[in-house]
Amino acid sequence: MYLIIFLIVFPVFIAIVLLSVKNDRIKSCIIQAAALLISLGAVMLFVLSYHHDIQYYTIRTSIPDKAMFVFELLLAAYMFYLGLRFKKYRVSILISAQALIMIFLRSSVLKRASLIDSLFIDKLTIIMSLIIGLVGSLIAVYSIAYMRDYHALYKGLKDNRRFYFFVIFIFLSAMFGLVLSNSLLWIYFFWEITTLSSFFLIGYSNINAREARRNAFRALEVNLLGGLAFALAIFYFYSRAGTIEMDDLFTMKKAAMMLPVALICFAGLIKSAQLPFSSWLLGAMAAPTPVSALLHSSTMVKAGVYIILRFVLMLQSSQLGFFISLIGGFTFLTASFIAIPQSDSKKVLAYSTIANLGLIALCAGIGTCEAVWAAALLIIFHAITKSLLFLCVGVIQDKLNSRDIEDMSGLIVTMPKISIMVQVGIAGMFLAPFGMLISKWAVLRVMVDYNPVFSIFIVFGSAAMIFFWVKWLGMLIVVKGEPQNMEKGIGSVIWGPLFILTALTIASVAFLPVISKVLIEPIILEIYGQTVDISHSNIIIMFTMMGLIMLFPLAFLGHGRWVKVVGPYLGGANAGEGGAFYASLGQVKNMEMKSYYPEKYFSETVLFRIGAAIALVLILAMFAVAAL
Amino acid sequence: MNNLSKVLLYLALSPLAGGLIYGLDRKFTARLQGRVGPPIWQPYLDVLKLFHKETLVVRKSQNIYIMFYLIFMIFSAVLFFAGENLLLVIFALTIAGVFFVLGAFKASSPYSFTGAQREVIQMMSSEPALFLSAIGMYMITGSFYISRIASFGEPLALYLPGLLFSFIYILPIKFRKSPFDLSTSSHAHQELVKGLTTDFSGRALAMIEIGHWLEIILMLGFSWLFFAANIFLGAGVSLLIYFFTVLVDNTFARLKWQMTLGSCWLVTFILGAGNIVVLHLIKR
Repeated sequence: MYLIIFLIVFPVFIAIVLLSVKNDRIKSCIIQAAALLISLGAVMLFVLSYHHDIQYYTIRTSIPDKAMFVFELLLAAYMFYLGLRFKKYRVSILISAQALIMIFLRSSVLKRASLIDSLFIDKLTIIMSLIIGLVGSLIAVYSIAYMRDYHALYKGLKDNRRFYFFVIFIFLSAMFGLVLSNSLLWIYFFWEITTLSSFFLIGYSNINAREARRNAFRALEVNLLGGLAFALAIFYFYSRAGTIEMDDLFTMKKAAMMLPVALICFAGLIKSAQLPFSSWLLGAMAAPTPVSALLHSSTMVKAGVYIILRFVLMLQSSQLGFFISLIGGFTFLTASFIAIPQSDSKKVLAYSTIANLGLIALCAGIGTCEAVWAAALLIIFHAITKSLLFLCVGVIQDKLNSRDIEDMSGLIVTMPKISIMVQVGIAGMFLAPFGMLISKWAVLRVMVDYNPVFSIFIVFGSAAMIFFWVKWLGMLIVVKGEPQNMEKGIGSVIWGPLFILTALTIASVAFLPVISKVLIEPIILEIYGQTVDISHSNIIIMFTMMGLIMLFPLAFLGHGRWVKVVGPYLGGANAGEGGAFYASLGQVKNMEMKSYYPEKYFSETVLFRIGAAIALVLILAMFAVAAL
Repeated sequence: MNNLSKVLLYLALSPLAGGLIYGLDRKFTARLQGRVGPPIWQPYLDVLKLFHKETLVVRKSQNIYIMFYLIFMIFSAVLFFAGENLLLVIFALTIAGVFFVLGAFKASSPYSFTGAQREVIQMMSSEPALFLSAIGMYMITGSFYISRIASFGEPLALYLPGLLFSFIYILPIKFRKSPFDLSTSSHAHQELVKGLTTDFSGRALAMIEIGHWLEIILMLGFSWLFFAANIFLGAGVSLLIYFFTVLVDNTFARLKWQMTLGSCWLVTFILGAGNIVVLHLIKR
């Protein structure tokens, strides 16, 4: 109980402290200490609650509820004002609609003054808290140095770092609150906070202020739409059942409560950037890299799939679940295709995030226990590997002044450590036996039993994934000329999080059976009262593959012996040792290598438009089946 | 123990058989082109000779990737012969392929670089058909285990004609034959010189050859699964399919990557995925 309150309140406390600290060094110390305490808190939560069943906590005073009410109104007024000031009237309309619903709901809930189990801990919560605590605080630490360099690089920008870190820690607190709350009103409150914080973070003074503002408003608008759906769902639920506790929703008769569940899942789909609402996440790319990492990997988008996963029992073998799976599968396919011609590394990461969340939504919609096993696995692996990749790209962009994948050639020589970390991350994203492929294998197995037609999405989508990941992997190890090492000057606050995340990526695979047994199977047991059986011979095989891949770095120990180094084949016209050659008129030219980016065939605009249109139809169909 | 020795025996025999089939292939191709052709054991001789050649590299570490290509090729062969999970076999093959491509990237030479790019496109083109075939087999036999699929009473091709067709359609990619030999080709008229393998020599090239023999055997094994109800039928049809691709190799010109990807995916989507949809509807 106190631990929960610590996890929610402590980041707020730190946020406020940071707002008042000017000195860089003191700030850095506070952030590091806070990050350590928050991750320790999350681990403690795991250790202390692991052996208990689901625990509910009643708050015996109405002060938090009242405070939330006041805050909510203030925030609503602020957002209303924002909408008016920047002529984004949709924002104003959406927020006033929500505010009206909330005024009614809050006041009637407060009037009844019945005791509510506002907080709870179960196994899924523990996992989410671990992810938020560990990955989130690593990103915060990384931000210290990153933002310092960011402002050193863009001198013209207003240095508003105090506000930046304030928002980051508020955000972490809201994420903890979101996963630890059982009261739907509380979840809603934290949900809105994450929306608003993401607005601030995306809009954080960028090189291109206008673009940043546009993207920030897009994110706000779309997420407020989700918030409205959420508010409507609570309203509907409260007027029908007279309670706002999430666990009561599970015990209701399924058919009666399909509409609120559909509305909440709709909000979840928006938050996890599924089609047709993916554009806000792409807009989030304009923000500083740690922000992208935070929104993309560990927190914001995971909140969306988290809330869908909560209702997995209601979704199981229902029409609603079918449509959510369809939207997820379809998003996976479309996003993977769109990623094919992208050479902007952050964009590749963004689309692969959308794709992977689609995969999780697909599993959640199916709702069988194997599906939830795969979804939980995906959440863990994705959070770790994606944040690693984002943070690496941040460093690369800083050093190369470009985040284009084509410019990353020779990275293995210029930034060997970073390059290897990116390689680990990419391998983790798609290559067996690293995490994501294990999960994909699990997904495929689930799909085949549920409805093999779904597997068609996965099969084509993951084929596309191979293309863009391998190409990126290849660019990292290609060497042109003899470049210099550029890794000097990267500070320990950057190296630290990167090393930890790399280690976590490798460990999460190496200890897959442990993770499955200790972290994921209890979730399944708690939800379904039974466990999945994962064939152990398959695990052994994957282990062997893992072992073989682990040997790969060892093979480099003796490299370069028994071979003779020569220049590359250049049509027999090599000019000297390196990559120069004699061109047709005898002049010496340097070789150039450029990757394939089939923009024409996998056009982002066309695919996105088609995908969004189809997904919109699916969303409408989802509401239709839920309402009927 | 018996099982293990069987697997090891198969493992030892398969490169030999692969080499032999490749030798027959070359002879057959030569006859089609009105040449006498090399003796059928020429592939063995080539590989033995390669082992005695000096190994030249552009980047010192490029051959490590090739070594792991071969290791994973062997690994997937072991899985296949042990009757293990078919999905895992395909995954292991993918890893092997990725190592091969990475080796070519590492070589940092323009020809192997472009070959690598094309090879990734080929992987992307061929993978859906492989996975969907495995899924189709699962739908019929209820298992991904090769041993169970192989011991199913009836020929799977009866239920999976569309998948069989799409599998055969992508086979030239795996056998590195025209019209899909974009990344590297055994014919001497390759605009990319030897593409993927341009800057590999000596032992590395020998390992690539052996890996390719294994791939031939694995793909023949895969097509055998479609007819596994009768061993002789299966073996016969698989060989027939192989020599059919040789025939195609000699009659078709190389396609561009657009056509390769487009046609492979179209065939896989319409016939392969269509087959799965139909099966699903019937089974319900």
